[in-house]
Amino acid sequence: MATLDELRVGQQASIQGIQGTAPLVQRLMEMGLLEGDTVEVIGFAPLGDPMEIRLRDYRLSLRRREAACVTITVVSG
Amino acid sequence: MVLLRTPTIALVGNPNTGKTTLFNLLAGMRQRVGNYPGVTVETKKGKLHHNERSFDLVDLPGTYSLAPRSPDEMVAVDLILGHQQGEARPDVVLAIVDASNLERNLYLTTQVLEVGVPVVIALNMVDVAEGQGIKVDAEKLSKQLEVPVVPIQANKGKGSAALKNALAAAIDNPTTPKGPTFPAVFEAEVQSLGAALGKDVEPFLIRRLLLDVGGYAEQRLTDQHTDLQGKIQASRQRLAAGNCAVPAIEARTRYAWIRQATAGCVQRPQVRAATWTDSLDRVLTHKLWGTLLFLALMFIVFQAIFTWALPLMDTIDQGREWLAELVKDAMGPGPVRDLLVNGIIKGVGSVVIFLPQILILFGFIAVLEDCGYMARAAFLMDKLMARCGLSGKSFIPMLSSVACAVPGIMATRVIENRRDRLATILVAPLMSCSARLPIYILLIGAFLTEGHAWYVPGLVMFCMYLIGLVVAPLVALVLKRTLLRGETPIFVMEMPLYKLPSARTVVRRVVDSAWAFVYRAGTIILASMIVVWALLYFPNTNGAGERYDELIEKTEKSVEKQKEELEPVVDSLNKKKKEVQEINKELKSGGVGSLFGLLGPSDGEKQELEKKRELLRTDIKRVEEENESVQKPVKDAEDRVNELNFEWRSRSILGQIGHWIEPAVKPLGWDWRIGMAAVASFPAREVVVGTLGIIYNLGEVSSKDIRDSDDPGRTELAGQLKEAKWDNDPNRAVFGVPVALSVMVFFALCCQCASTLAVIKRETNSWRWPIFTFVYMTVLAYVGALVVYQVGSMF
Repeated sequence: MATLDELRVGQQASIQGIQGTAPLVQRLMEMGLLEGDTVEVIGFAPLGDPMEIRLRDYRLSLRRREAACVTITVVSG
Repeated sequence: MVLLRTPTIALVGNPNTGKTTLFNLLAGMRQRVGNYPGVTVETKKGKLHHNERSFDLVDLPGTYSLAPRSPDEMVAVDLILGHQQGEARPDVVLAIVDASNLERNLYLTTQVLEVGVPVVIALNMVDVAEGQGIKVDAEKLSKQLEVPVVPIQANKGKGSAALKNALAAAIDNPTTPKGPTFPAVFEAEVQSLGAALGKDVEPFLIRRLLLDVGGYAEQRLTDQHTDLQGKIQASRQRLAAGNCAVPAIEARTRYAWIRQATAGCVQRPQVRAATWTDSLDRVLTHKLWGTLLFLALMFIVFQAIFTWALPLMDTIDQGREWLAELVKDAMGPGPVRDLLVNGIIKGVGSVVIFLPQILILFGFIAVLEDCGYMARAAFLMDKLMARCGLSGKSFIPMLSSVACAVPGIMATRVIENRRDRLATILVAPLMSCSARLPIYILLIGAFLTEGHAWYVPGLVMFCMYLIGLVVAPLVALVLKRTLLRGETPIFVMEMPLYKLPSARTVVRRVVDSAWAFVYRAGTIILASMIVVWALLYFPNTNGAGERYDELIEKTEKSVEKQKEELEPVVDSLNKKKKEVQEINKELKSGGVGSLFGLLGPSDGEKQELEKKRELLRTDIKRVEEENESVQKPVKDAEDRVNELNFEWRSRSILGQIGHWIEPAVKPLGWDWRIGMAAVASFPAREVVVGTLGIIYNLGEVSSKDIRDSDDPGRTELAGQLKEAKWDNDPNRAVFGVPVALSVMVFFALCCQCASTLAVIKRETNSWRWPIFTFVYMTVLAYVGALVVYQVGSMF
């Protein structure tokens, strides 16, 4: 299944689940990354990592390593 | 209900919600800082006045969730539960939420609702939300959450009266909010664990115990209850089997409840309106433009702390000297005067001297943070810093440390992760700060300029800076793999909306940091200055029991007197020299009789002038001889003062230490003098130049003299260093290229800076880390100097 870090800039995706250590899952979910929510990739830092996404009503940056734990299905873009 | 004590209000909220602005608005300018043993976070406290009543207001560290993983994160939980020693349990919790980002902000609020304390919600940034077309119906929200909700605009001061009313009402008529309901399976596990733990442990903590796998509640409570670990595991397994696996159950339950409670309260536009932040970010996080702008900005910040602060620092230095002179003139020689001049005035001066850099750096940081750029800076630099086990947030503190580690270490407060912050604090002093410059300039000027290729001085200087840039990341990497080992912190960072920085918040932040430095670090710096002063001052008598300061004072007085007597001689000499110059000029350009200066003086005039000049020359020669013979005792007396100073310092406790450690520093190519100078420079690296001046019979040499000198290789001190010989072998020079390099490398890596250590103590709230820093850096410096000298001597 595709993961969040594989998306291109401008793509929107629906979150399927988060696989990882308990603290990671907890942290990402607290920040509002929940199954069924839509996220959009805004961009990547100049060195290629971390990435910036939009979710709920705000923007969040996270490292690709962590984004790779978020499975998604592409919605558009 | 009437409370006899002052009611306490705790302010909680996510970062970037205007929490600090609201706190400043409610608490006014009189604030104090609360810190707690064993943790590095602080809280701010103030008094809120309303209708002739007053309340204690505590500002908790900004957080997204009350799921503590470290002692630092536990502070907020302990404060809310009333477990923090010396702090009252809050009577009401004021939760601030960002109206433009309501759902995620309410996550923390739902946790607060479960504490069992009345809650008031301040709905901030309603104007920002409206700008995006987001409208929140506060009244309806209040009804559905069953908690008072007050719309405010903290930055404009709007809504504070209504908020204060709501707070007072919540204290007078406390109601316990409900909050989300967790699945029955979960509640059953909380019940059974609660029964096992007894009444002392609140349900709130039992929830944390279950939900935070490996969290701080688990660490703390399993320490107290030995059989707890097994019970928690069993509970979690049952929850997983019942489709309520931790930790996911918490976020699912809370966000589902939030969605329900906010239903119909929030109006959003069909299409998300493009914001300022969108357009700005397109440039500021752009691959090319974003990077260039960032570098330009960092250059300005760096340039500012490096050069703008310099004139201010020099002014402070001059003021200190002026004051020292004043005291010196007003008092007779003795330990008290010396303590005042060389201990206290110097010590206070060396505290105040950091203020320009701290004020400038924190001015920049406060503006960058308040306008939202700080997160972008961390975003841009994260990958680079991740290579040495840190995150993007460590970049600005590290960069600032190239100017001075003191403000750099203070700037690490932006790093939330404790281990990342500690690692940054511990390696920041390795960056080559400006206090190392005088010793580099002096030694490069004296030993690596003349007789070397043109590029050598620049190259050596570059390498000295490179040492810090290479060693600091390496040490950080080692620390993160050993002493500060642990799970890699999860780097998830909100990118807040850009906004205009508020002058009030910026000024507050700058003043707070300056005050914190002076008050907390300043006392330690002063104490260390006084200790080193005493070590250099005592014993203050020579073998015959005469006091050095009196001997020096006497000799200095005689120098002054002789100089005064000499004045007429020197004056007449100068006058005569001037006359000869005039005549020379006339002889060259044109005499009195010349026409428009086209013709030279006539032969007759020339002869007359020559004659006059001859007469004057013999006169000058006579006066010069006279001058020299009178000057000789002055020069001798001055030498005597320097000799006395040297004798005194080498007999002092510190001088004895210097002799004593000579065997240890010999492998570095150093004699006892350099060893002593290195030890004496403990308060501050730049002091080494002054100490070398005393040791090499030149009196005190200031590092500014070396820095400002056009040709540092030709200063008196540089000359003395070149001439220096070993005590036991008068034919063997002490200094040479290998020794100069070994001294420079030592000072590049050592932590001879009491201010840095004092700030580390303050920021980590423990003596353990400054001691650790001092030890590891000294070992590193010793090994570095040893390798450089031993390898350098082979050539």
